[in-house]
Amino acid sequence: MIRPHGGRLIDRTASDREREALLGSADEMTSLDVHSGKASEIQNIATGVYSPLEGFFSGGDLESVLDRMRLEDDTPWTIPIVLDVPKSVKAGEDIVLRHDGKPMAVMNVEDVHTSDLGRYSRAVFGTDDPQHPGVAKVKEMTGRFAGGRITLLNEYDVPFPEFYLRPSETRVLFREKGWETVVAFQTRNPPHVGHEYVQKAALTFTDGLLINPVIGKKKSGDFQDGIILKTYQKLVEHYYPKDRVVLSTLLIDMWYGGPKEAILHAIMRKNLGCTHIIIGRDHAGVGKYYGPFDAHEIFKQFPDLEIEPFTFRSFAYCPRCGSPVNDKICPHDKDLINYSGTMVRALVNEGKLPSREMMRPEVAEVIAAEKDVFVE
Amino acid sequence: MTEEEKKYTTISIPTPLANKVKERIKGTGFSSVSAYTTYVLRQIISTDEPKEEAFSKEDEERIKERLRSLGYLD
Repeated sequence: MIRPHGGRLIDRTASDREREALLGSADEMTSLDVHSGKASEIQNIATGVYSPLEGFFSGGDLESVLDRMRLEDDTPWTIPIVLDVPKSVKAGEDIVLRHDGKPMAVMNVEDVHTSDLGRYSRAVFGTDDPQHPGVAKVKEMTGRFAGGRITLLNEYDVPFPEFYLRPSETRVLFREKGWETVVAFQTRNPPHVGHEYVQKAALTFTDGLLINPVIGKKKSGDFQDGIILKTYQKLVEHYYPKDRVVLSTLLIDMWYGGPKEAILHAIMRKNLGCTHIIIGRDHAGVGKYYGPFDAHEIFKQFPDLEIEPFTFRSFAYCPRCGSPVNDKICPHDKDLINYSGTMVRALVNEGKLPSREMMRPEVAEVIAAEKDVFVE
Repeated sequence: MTEEEKKYTTISIPTPLANKVKERIKGTGFSSVSAYTTYVLRQIISTDEPKEEAFSKEDEERIKERLRSLGYLD
């Protein structure tokens, strides 16, 4: 089994006794309300998805990640995990982090630091253009951050709990299945035949496949989380060997940070116990901010990442081959039908169903049967 | 500045080896002997580190029970 990132799977869940004591004193602590995206981050820290992080970034880790894509101790890390706080929060105190009014975690504030948000955005996203959705999120921050270890008191009320697995659970599951190598596929779309082709191509070389849809805040026009899960359930039921596939969710809000976010996605899957991750064209990208293969190239800068990428350049349906193809295996460059989430969305918007070559009919029928398909 | 606060340190390697590295990195993405050496050392260190899996028996049984209840394990 692959080691967790940094060598140790983090568990920052309070023991029963600790929880009781902290809840008893929580009302006397400074209280901070967090939105669902931050609550997901707290859950991810506490359950080890973000191992080796035990809390939100200190000033040292933030500067180190912005400067050289590594934590202070040289562990690879690319997207800061920060808690922006008001001036009332002071170093040295314990604060309680609440979500929907409920105490979720206690954080021991080890340091409070500031960062220039323009520099932050340029370092992480390569731009400070406010049109970039990641930059827009950074611009909403205060620029004043608190770092320190957290202790989880109450788990996040996760959507679709029947599909939610913590790293300790996926690791035991993979071991019980006898999988030594597992490839992860991240998705935020219902599967088209191109996705299936890529997943099965990767699964040819590993013992198992983790289909890992991202559950969290998305852009307007993206598919609803529930639709993504239902369509994948249907695809796995009809077209996958069940002893080779696990479908479970991951809680994250997308940053659309392209190559740097690809590294974070790989780290999270490594913590889940995956040895490989599929990285496609413009992974986690948006607009034209990143080159189509930047997310492939960046992996070369991390010889110590341990999880390995399966990189795919492009894939399409070739009528002459009569199958999904990629540019390395098909000599025909005419009449190729590109698999594209955008095209699928456009068809669904027009009330049409994608063709068999584009999407399995069982999957298309799930989409057709739903009323609210897209995020408002 | 203390040793602890320094971001980089200096190590010595034989000059002929450094010259070979200089030749090796020509035309690659490595900008210096230091960058190449850092890359190689990170690769070696990561593969040398011990693999550990630490779940107590109780934790493991609890985990398996949840996996069974969700249908992930028989």
